[in-house]
Amino acid sequence: MTASTHAAAKNPPDLQDRREALGVLARAESRDIADGLRQLDDGLSYSEPRPPEVGLVMLRGRIGSRGAPFNAGEATVTRAAVQLASGEVGFGYVLGRDREKARLVALCDALWQVADRRAAVENQVLAPLRRKQNEKKDLERARTAATRVDFFTLVRGED
Amino acid sequence: MYVAVKGGERAIDNAHKLLADARRGDREVAELSLAQIDNQLALAVDRVMCEGSLYDRELASLAIKQARGDLIEAIFLLRAYRTTLPRFGASEPLETGAMDIRRRVSATFKDLPGGQVLGPTFDYTHRLLDHTLAEQGDVEEPATAPAETGRFKSVAELLDGGGLIEGDDPPADEIGDLTREPLSFPANRDLRLQNLARGDEGFLLALGYSTQRGFGRTHPFAGEIRYGSVEVEFFAEDAGFAVPLGSISVTECQMVNQFTGNGTQAPRFTRGYGLVFGQSERKAMAMALVDRSLRARELGEETGSPAQDEEFVLSHSDNVQATGFVEHLKLPHYVDFQSELGLLRKLQVEFHARDGRDETPIQDAAE
Repeated sequence: MTASTHAAAKNPPDLQDRREALGVLARAESRDIADGLRQLDDGLSYSEPRPPEVGLVMLRGRIGSRGAPFNAGEATVTRAAVQLASGEVGFGYVLGRDREKARLVALCDALWQVADRRAAVENQVLAPLRRKQNEKKDLERARTAATRVDFFTLVRGED
Repeated sequence: MYVAVKGGERAIDNAHKLLADARRGDREVAELSLAQIDNQLALAVDRVMCEGSLYDRELASLAIKQARGDLIEAIFLLRAYRTTLPRFGASEPLETGAMDIRRRVSATFKDLPGGQVLGPTFDYTHRLLDHTLAEQGDVEEPATAPAETGRFKSVAELLDGGGLIEGDDPPADEIGDLTREPLSFPANRDLRLQNLARGDEGFLLALGYSTQRGFGRTHPFAGEIRYGSVEVEFFAEDAGFAVPLGSISVTECQMVNQFTGNGTQAPRFTRGYGLVFGQSERKAMAMALVDRSLRARELGEETGSPAQDEEFVLSHSDNVQATGFVEHLKLPHYVDFQSELGLLRKLQVEFHARDGRDETPIQDAAE
């Protein structure tokens, strides 16, 4: 692991931002991430310490939603790691079996750690993804809200 | 016992070609795509993921296509596939309390904070066949309304505040995993829930139903059922922190059941819990009913009903194991059968010999 990832891990606010960015990337479609990355691609050179690999993660629930953990069933997960020529190591961990997506997420994660590249990653890659995801989520929530039950009580008779 | 019998290779090859042909069906009819199955048979995909115990919509859709819609066969395919992959580890426990809710109902509190939202449900439909679906047509855009945001407290949390309901189990030192260790009895609640989560929906439904009809009654109320998406996080050793992996859809059922209490503890409601992949209320509710029934001994209740018998329930809930054992009867049992035939012939010879000595079967039975 490089000095910069250690620095990120030791810096909680930074780590929170990084985790949030990884969450946006994990929910995104591979081609949307690729579209964003193309905007800032100026001959990126990187190596792949961990080429994309498909495996399983056991998903855990909690008994009664807040109690002791139990194994609820597995999910497919793809992971990858890339290292920039400048040393930063990025990780891609995503649900599903999209190897290209895991690689792209890892690449974005690595670029995000480079101080003078973070803004570009935020603007070109993450911002459009966030916009798209928020629109979708807002629409789903609004449609759900339209199915809310407004109870009213009918009073019958005089008593 | 069954033995290898040679000679069927060509027949098997040709049978599989015939299967592929039958699967495709009439070539004049458009072939199904996986996206069509995922989108338009979404609840079948949910069931296959849940009982196949593998969350992957595309693989479940493929399994359904390959199995010609035979869901237990599709579940079998998914279970077989998972054995080919390495396991990276276990996720952080899902926070269903932070679920992005698409449906939430309670049969116990009309006005629970956050409200009741019906979402996409079959409830209140008239169960009349809709012949307009036989033709392709446009579907109306769903209505929208301003949405409340924030975390919706579960009914268990609401009751917990008043001390009216039992609390949560403390975390165990070790979390049982029946994909790694064969099931042994007595099984802890974590293992039981893992077993039920991948158990056959029909089997659990029948068992849950049996408790309602009086075979181990638990007086259940559907405290809360919620369906929606939850974030998955995984602590990645190489990264050194919990990485968000994306989100999955789950259905959760909190069943509230009649009281427990003793000399030192005030009477309180007890709980049963169900958690399943995708949108499947029936399965989540049945799971919660059976979870609660299996706690009979722990809660000092009378036992003896099928749904309270841990070994019976957990040993027969898995439809892949069940179908394997039932369907293995199709395999050649020629040697077994020959030995049974031999024995039967011997018994018949003895029977007729006795007959010759004028002994009646009734005397025989009385011996």
